[in-house]
Amino acid sequence: MTQTAEATDRYVRDFDAMREERSEEPLWLRNLRREGFDYFQRMGWPVDEKRDEAWKYTDVRAVARTEFRNPNPPGASLSGGDVSALLPFDEGMSRLVFVDGYYAPEISRILDADNSSVLRLEEAVREEESLVHGHLGQYSAAGHDASVGLNTAFFRDGVFIRADGALSAPVHAVYITSDHADPVVSYPRTLVVAGKHADVTLIETYVSLGQRNHFTDPVTEVALGEGAKVTHYRVLLENTESYMIGHVRPCLGPDSTYKSVIYEAGSGLMRLDLEVLIEGEGAFADLKGLYVTTGKQHLDNLVSIDHAQPHGKSRLYFKGILDDKSRAVFGGTVYVRPGADKTDAYQEDKNMLLSNEAEADSKPSLEIYADDVKCGHGATAGAVADEAIFYLRSRGIDEQTASRLLIKGFASEILDAVGIEPLRVFLEERTASALPRFAGARELAA
Amino acid sequence: MTPRSSNHNRPEPASVRFRPETSVSVAPKTVPILEVRDLHVAVGENEILDGMNLSVHLGEVHAVMGPNGSGKSTFTNVVAGRPGYTITKGDILFEGESILGMFPDERARKGIFLALQYPVELPGIRNREFLRTALEALREARGETKLAVREFNKFLEEKAKAMDFDPDLMKRNVNEGFSGGEKKRNEILQMSVLDPKLALLDETDSGLDIDALQVVAKGVNEFRGPDKAIVLVTHYQRILNYIKPDYVHVLIDGRIVRSGGSGLAQELEAQGYEWLREPAEESAESVGATARPS
Repeated sequence: MTQTAEATDRYVRDFDAMREERSEEPLWLRNLRREGFDYFQRMGWPVDEKRDEAWKYTDVRAVARTEFRNPNPPGASLSGGDVSALLPFDEGMSRLVFVDGYYAPEISRILDADNSSVLRLEEAVREEESLVHGHLGQYSAAGHDASVGLNTAFFRDGVFIRADGALSAPVHAVYITSDHADPVVSYPRTLVVAGKHADVTLIETYVSLGQRNHFTDPVTEVALGEGAKVTHYRVLLENTESYMIGHVRPCLGPDSTYKSVIYEAGSGLMRLDLEVLIEGEGAFADLKGLYVTTGKQHLDNLVSIDHAQPHGKSRLYFKGILDDKSRAVFGGTVYVRPGADKTDAYQEDKNMLLSNEAEADSKPSLEIYADDVKCGHGATAGAVADEAIFYLRSRGIDEQTASRLLIKGFASEILDAVGIEPLRVFLEERTASALPRFAGARELAA
Repeated sequence: MTPRSSNHNRPEPASVRFRPETSVSVAPKTVPILEVRDLHVAVGENEILDGMNLSVHLGEVHAVMGPNGSGKSTFTNVVAGRPGYTITKGDILFEGESILGMFPDERARKGIFLALQYPVELPGIRNREFLRTALEALREARGETKLAVREFNKFLEEKAKAMDFDPDLMKRNVNEGFSGGEKKRNEILQMSVLDPKLALLDETDSGLDIDALQVVAKGVNEFRGPDKAIVLVTHYQRILNYIKPDYVHVLIDGRIVRSGGSGLAQELEAQGYEWLREPAEESAESVGATARPS
C-alpha cells in the first residue's frame, strides 16, 4: 500500500477527535459515520490499478500519501463583496458559503422559500432530522466507495434543500478552501430532496483562495420525486495544485428530469464519479460537461447511468479542451438493466487537443465493456482542429483569433445549456482566461 | 464595399471569349498577380507537383483541369498556404513577391482566397460571426475602417440575397448541417463578401446539381472583373459552360502539359486526358512547345 502509516494514523486520530466533538449527533448519524470510516479503512485509496479497472488512468498515490489536516475554523477574512467579486453570477439567489468546511453565516444569505427549506446541513440534521435520516447516505452509500466513506465519516457541513414545489430562487453552494501553509482537507456534503413536482436549481462552486495544495472530498446526493425537476450546475475552479475526489449521485423518480452541467477548469488532480440512477419510469437525465485543462492538470470524469426502469431517457455529452501536458480521462457507462425496456440513451465525449503533449482517454461504453477508445493528437479531435484552424486562417483570421474562435465555438455547445445568463457569461470568460495562450487575440465579432 | 478600380493596362478579357493560343504571347508585360515558377511540392515522400509553371494576370480567368491525382488540389492548397506540403523547389509569387514564407492568414490579407473542395464544419461558430471576424481582419489590413454591426448585417444580407443564400444559414454554425450545395455556395458567398484579388476555386463544381452549379457560376461571374483574377480548378468541363475561362491548362502528373483557350476544355471533354499523357520513352518534345506557357 502506498498509503503511509502517517496518513492513516492522521485519519484515525481525526476520526476519534471528530466523534468526540460531535458526540451530540444522533445515533443513526454516528453509525453512518462509523460505517463510512470502516469502509475507508478496509479499502484505502484505490492505488492498485491492476485491481481496479475504474482507476486505471488516474493515479491517486499523491492523495494517499499526503497527510491532510482538518483545518480549524477560519477567521472572518472574506466579505460578501469578495465572494461576489470572485463569483459574480449569484445575484438574487440564496448563497451558502463554507470556508474550509465551516459555514460562514456573515457572508451567506438564505432567501425565504415557501413549502421548502434551504438550510445548512448541520442545522437540517436537527430541524429536519427524519427527512435527513431518510435520505442521507441512501444514494451515495458509505460502504460503496472510499472517498464517499471518508466524506461520510468526516463531513462537517454543507447545503440541504428540501423542496415541495418550485423553489423561488436558485441556491448557490460555495465551498471555499482558504490558503494554508500545510495541506488541508474539506468534506463538503450536499443533499437535495426534491419532492413531487418540485423544481430546484442548484449551483455548487468549488474554489481555492491560495495556490497551494489542498484536498477536497465532496459528496452530493440528489433525490428526485415524481415529476420533479432539478437543474444542477457544478463549477470547479480550485487551484491547479489541489486534489479532488468527488461524488455526485442523483436518483431519479418517475417522470422526473435531472439536468446537469459540469464545468471543470480547476484542480490539479481530480476524479469525479457522477452516478445517475433512473429509478422511476419515464425519467430523463441530461448530463453535460466541459473540462478545460492546461499545465499538468489531470481530470477524470467517470459517469455512469443506470437505467433500472423502462421508458427512461439519458443524454450524456461531455467535451474537453486540453492544452500543454494536461490529461483528461472520460469514462461513460450506460447500463440498461433487464426490464428497462424503451430506454433511450446516448452518450458522447469530444476532445479538442491544443497541444501535442495533451492527452485524452475516452472510454464510452454502452452495455459492452470492451470499447476502449484512446484519443491522441492527430486522431479525430486534433485533426479536426487543424483543418478548422487552416480554414479560418485562409479567410484572413490570425492563428490566435482562429484558435479562440474555435475554442469558444467548441465550448458553446455545452455552455449554451447554462440557463442562468450571468453564470454562462462567467464560464465563457473563465474558459477564455483558462487558456492564456489564446488570450489577447483580436476581439471576436459578436 | 471596396470600389473596384479598373486596370487600364489590361485589355478587357470579356471581349476575347475564344482567345487563340497565340494571344498568350500578346499579353502585355505587367506583373502577374500570381506566378508559379518551376514548383515542386511533396507530401511526405510523394512528389505531387513536378515543375509546375503558371502566370495569371488581373482580369483573367484560368481553368486548371486534370485527372484525379494530377496535383490540382495540391496546387491551390500550397498557394493558400495550407500546412502539410513541402516545397522542394521553385517559388510562388503574388504581385511579384514570394509568398512561400507567409502564413495562410497573411496570404488572405494580401488578397488570396481559396474556396475549399471540402469546406470545414465549425461547430459553435455562427456563419455571421465568422464572416464578420474575417472581414474585420481583412479591412484592417487594407486600412479600411471597421463596419458597424448594422452596416455589416445589411451588406451581408445583400450579398446573401444575390447568391440565393437562405438568410437563416447566416445564423447557423458554419457549414454544420449544410447540404453539399449549401457548403459550396457558402464558399462563393465568402468570396463575394471578403472581396479578394485572386480567387482559387478548388473543384467548387464537384457534387453540385445543375441548379446549384448555375448559382455558383452566377456568383463567380458577378465577382469577375478587371481587378480580379480567378483560377478555377476542375475535373470536368461542365462548369466552363457557365464560367468562360480565358485560358485552360491541363495538369497531369504535377506539370502543366498543355495550355490553350477555352476550346481546349471542349477537346478534353471529347477526348479525355489520356492523349496528353507523356509517353514513358518518348521525349517530351511533342508537347513541349505548349507545356510551359510564358
